[in-house]
Amino acid sequence: MSIIEKQKKEVTIRFAGDSGDGIQLTGSQFTSTTALSGNDLSTFPDYPAEIRAPAGTVAGVSGFQIHFGSKAIYTPGDMCDVLVVMNAAALKANLKYLKPGGIIIANTDGFGKKDLSLAKYAPEETPIPDAKNSGYIVIEIDVTKMTRESLKDTGLSLKEIDRSKNMFVLGVLYWLFSRSLDSTIQFLNRKFAKKPQIAEANIKALNDGFTYAIATELFSERYSVDAAPIEPGKYRNITGNDAIVLGIAAVAKRSGFPVFLGSYPITPASEILQGLSGLKNYGVTTFQAEDEIAAVASAIGASFGGSLGITTSSGPGVALKGEAIGLATILELPLVIVNVQRAGPSTGLPTKTEQSDLMQAFYGRAGEAPVAIISASSPADCFDVTYEACRIAVEHMVPVMLLTDGYIANGAEPWKLPKIPELKPIDPRFEKARDNGQDDTPFLPYKRDENLVRPWAVPGTKGLAHRIGGLEKDHETGNISYDPDNHHRMTEMREMKRDMIANFIPDQKIDEGNEKGKLLVVGWGSTYGTIKSAVSEAREDGMDVSFLHLRYLNPFPKNLESLLSGFEKILVPEINRGQLSRILRERFLLPVEGFNRVQGVPLMVAELKEKITQMCKS
Amino acid sequence: MSTQKTVSQPRANGNLQAKDFASDQEVRWCPGCGDYTILKQVQALMPKLGLDPENIVFVAGIGCSSRFPYYMNTFGMHGIHGRAPAIATGLKVSRPDLSVWVVTGDGDALSIGGNHIIHLLRRNLDINVLLFNNEIYGLTKGQYSPTSPQGQVTKTSPTGSVDSPFNPLALALGANGSFVARAMDRDPKHLQSMLERTAEHKGTSFLEIYQNCIVFNDGAFSPYTDKSLRDSTSLYLEDGQPLVFGSDDAFGVRLDGCRPEIVDLRSSKWSRDDLWVHDEKDRNKAWLLTSLFDDNTREGKLPRPFGVFLAEERPTYERMVQEQIAATVEQRGDGDLEELLTGEETWTVK
Repeated sequence: MSIIEKQKKEVTIRFAGDSGDGIQLTGSQFTSTTALSGNDLSTFPDYPAEIRAPAGTVAGVSGFQIHFGSKAIYTPGDMCDVLVVMNAAALKANLKYLKPGGIIIANTDGFGKKDLSLAKYAPEETPIPDAKNSGYIVIEIDVTKMTRESLKDTGLSLKEIDRSKNMFVLGVLYWLFSRSLDSTIQFLNRKFAKKPQIAEANIKALNDGFTYAIATELFSERYSVDAAPIEPGKYRNITGNDAIVLGIAAVAKRSGFPVFLGSYPITPASEILQGLSGLKNYGVTTFQAEDEIAAVASAIGASFGGSLGITTSSGPGVALKGEAIGLATILELPLVIVNVQRAGPSTGLPTKTEQSDLMQAFYGRAGEAPVAIISASSPADCFDVTYEACRIAVEHMVPVMLLTDGYIANGAEPWKLPKIPELKPIDPRFEKARDNGQDDTPFLPYKRDENLVRPWAVPGTKGLAHRIGGLEKDHETGNISYDPDNHHRMTEMREMKRDMIANFIPDQKIDEGNEKGKLLVVGWGSTYGTIKSAVSEAREDGMDVSFLHLRYLNPFPKNLESLLSGFEKILVPEINRGQLSRILRERFLLPVEGFNRVQGVPLMVAELKEKITQMCKS
Repeated sequence: MSTQKTVSQPRANGNLQAKDFASDQEVRWCPGCGDYTILKQVQALMPKLGLDPENIVFVAGIGCSSRFPYYMNTFGMHGIHGRAPAIATGLKVSRPDLSVWVVTGDGDALSIGGNHIIHLLRRNLDINVLLFNNEIYGLTKGQYSPTSPQGQVTKTSPTGSVDSPFNPLALALGANGSFVARAMDRDPKHLQSMLERTAEHKGTSFLEIYQNCIVFNDGAFSPYTDKSLRDSTSLYLEDGQPLVFGSDDAFGVRLDGCRPEIVDLRSSKWSRDDLWVHDEKDRNKAWLLTSLFDDNTREGKLPRPFGVFLAEERPTYERMVQEQIAATVEQRGDGDLEELLTGEETWTVK
C-alpha cells in the first residue's frame, strides 16, 4: 500500500492520558520540534483540578493541545484533528473536542474491562468500535506491549520501561507529521545526562515508535506542514506566568530601584511567586506572606521604602486585597497588582479561565479609588504588559491592576526575544535629600508635578521625614485634613492623575480591517487569538468587519471614542456576562452588543464567527 | 540597598533631643489618656537610638494608638486596620537599614490583625512592636476588645461579655516571639527602661503597655498601676534577681515544682535564697510567668509581673533573606538578563 503525503495548512492535536502518562512532557516535546520546524503555534495544557485523582478515571485525565500551521496561529484551536488517548477515560473526556471524521490514536492497553469501568462506560459500550461507527478514523496501538517489546533487552524494570510509553507514541506522531527526532533526542540526553540508561531507553522507544508507524502501515496518509511566515529573530516558547516573571526581573535589572514581590499562593498565579523566588540575584526580593492581605500590605511597605511593590493573585485574593489597594491609592505609592483571573465567584473553577474581574478592577474598592488597569492578550504579551504596568505605577505613583487569566497564564506560544537595550529604563521620581541649611522650606510630600504626580520620598533621605496615611490629607503637606473642599479636590486629583496616564500611552490601533465600516469587534485580554482568527476568517469571506483589541483599559487610549464611532455596530466578545460591554456603553453611550460565554474555557472561533456573520448580514 | 549583607544604621551627630522627634501636629487624644505618657517616653527614647529622624519609621494600623506616627518627627505610615505588622514586614525586609516600629492596640493587633502579629513574631524580623493594651475599643467608642475580661459590660455586651480574653504575652510566646515584655503608662521610668530594651533587642520585640482609657475603660489596670496599690500587686522582673514584691520587698515567689507560691520574707521560714530567680533566657519559666500570673482568681493571688519576660537571640528574618541573596549572587553572579530571557531552548527564524 502506498502512503499518500498531504500538505496541511494547519493541524490541531490533543494529547490525553492519565496524570502519570507524561502527557505534558509529550506535548511540550512535540511543541519544541514543531517550533524548530518553523511552524507558528499555540498550545494549551488542560490539567485535572485534583493533584492526584484516582488513576484511570475521567477526573484524572490530563490533556495538552497544540495548534500549529504554515500560517499565523492565534489560538490552541477549537477542535482537534488528531486525538491521542492513552486510556478509555481520556477518550471519554476528550472525544467532544475531536472534529467529525478526525483521527483517534488509541493505546488499546488502556481499554481493558477495568479501564472501561473506571471511565464509567456502561458494560454494553464498546468505545473504540463505537468511534469507528461514528466516522472517526481509529488507529489502535497496544503501546504498552510495543514499548515493553522494544525495551526488553535494556535491563530496566517493567515499571521503568512503562514510563517510556509516551516516547513510543511521540515517535509514531513524528512519523505521521514528517518530523525529525533530533530535538527530542537532544532533550532526552540532556534531561537524563546522569542516567544514560534511561536516556537510551527513551530514545529507543522514540525511534521504535517512528519505525513502527512505517513498518505496520498504520496510516494511509502522512502529513507535512510547511514553515510559517514568521518575523525573523530568535524565539523561545513561553507561558504567560513565566513571561510575567521575566518581565518583573527585567524591570528590576533595567531600573534604578529594587523590586519586592509580596504574594500568597493561589491557582492559577502561583508560578509567578515560584519563578521569582529563584531569581534572588536579579534584584527581586520575594516574600511568601501569611495571607493575601499581608501580601499586598508588605508590597505597600516595600514601596514606601523605595522598592517597587508587586503582588500577584487571582480574583478571590484580589477581593481580599481591596482595602489595601485603596490605601495605596490614597497614599499615592507605586503598586502593581497582577490578577490572573479564574472562573468565579468565590472558589468557582480555580483551574478554569474567565474574564470576570474587570468590574472588580474598575470598581472593587471602598470610596472613589481610581487605579490604572492594563491587560495582556497572549502568553508572550504578558512580558511587555508587565513592564508597562511597572512603568506606569512608578512614573505616575499609582496602583496598576494587571489582568491576565488562567488561559494565557498556562498557555504557551513562541516569543520573539526582546532586545534588552530597547527596554527603556523606568524613571522613578525620587525626591532628593535636603541637606542642612540649604533648603529650609518645608518638604511637601503631596505637591504635584504637571502630570499631578507626587514625589517618591523614601525613608533614609535627609530632610524628608514625613507622615502619610489612609486618612484624607491636605493637598500639599499631606497632614490629616477634614476640610470639605480639600477632600473634593483630592478626590478629583487622584482621578485626574490616573486619567492623565492617557497622555503617556500609545494611540489605539485597529488590529484588523478598516478604520470605518459596518462592524467593529472590540476585545481585551486573552480573547485576542480567538477574535483575531474569527475576524480574519470573516474578512476572507468578504465581510465588512474590523477588530480592535484593548491593552489599556483605564484610562482608555485617547482616540478610542473616535475609532468606535466609525462603525455601525460594535460587538464585544468576553468570557464574562458583558463587563467591558457595559463600561463602553456607559462611557461612550454607544450601542454595544456582547458575545458572552462563561464555560471556563476560551471562546470558540467558530461560534464567534457565526455571530460576526449574523451581525454583518443583518 | 537590597543586597546589603549586614545591617548598618547611620549614626547621628548626637545633638538631637526628645523635642526634635515631636512633629508639628497637634496631639489629639482625650485629655488624661495614657497615650500621652507613652508618646513622651518614646520621644525621650529616640535620641538614645543614635539615629537621625529619617532613618526611623513608625507604622501603625487603626485605633487610638495608631495615630501615633502623626506625632513623631520621623518617617511614618498610618495604615489600615490590623495590617501594620505586614506593612512593616515589607518595609524591613526591603530596607533592613531602617529602625522600624509598629504601634498598635489590643483590637488592632489581636483581633483584626491577629494573623499578622503572630506571623511577625514567628519570623522574627527586627521590628519593635508597642502594643497599647486598654482592654476596650476606644476609637469606635466603647465596645469590648479581645483583651476585655469576661463579664465586662460594654456597649456591645450590655449583659457582660462572654468572650474569653487573650493573654497578649502568652500569645506572643506561643507564636515563638523572641522578646516579650510588659510595662505600664503610670510608671514612666520603668516604661523608659522597657523601651530601651525593646529597641536594643535584635528580633521582633513585643512590648505590651498597660494603657488607661480614661473615657471608656477608666481604671481597668488600677489594681496594678495605682501608686498606692502597685507595691503589693505588681512584681518588677529583673534578670538574675529573685522575684520579690511588696513594700520593702516583703514578699517573694518561690517555685514548688511548676507551681509558683507566694512566701512571706518577714518570717524566718523563707529567705531570698529560696526564691525563683528570674532568667530572661528561660522560655519555660517565661511561659509560667505569663500564663499563671495573669489570673487573679487563682488561689494565693499572684502579683502581676512587669519587665522583660523573655529575651532570646535568634537570627532575624531580614538577615537570613539578605544572606540568601548574597549567597546566590556569590554562586551565580549578578543575574544576567539576556541569559534569563533566552532560557534553555531557542530557535532562530531567518
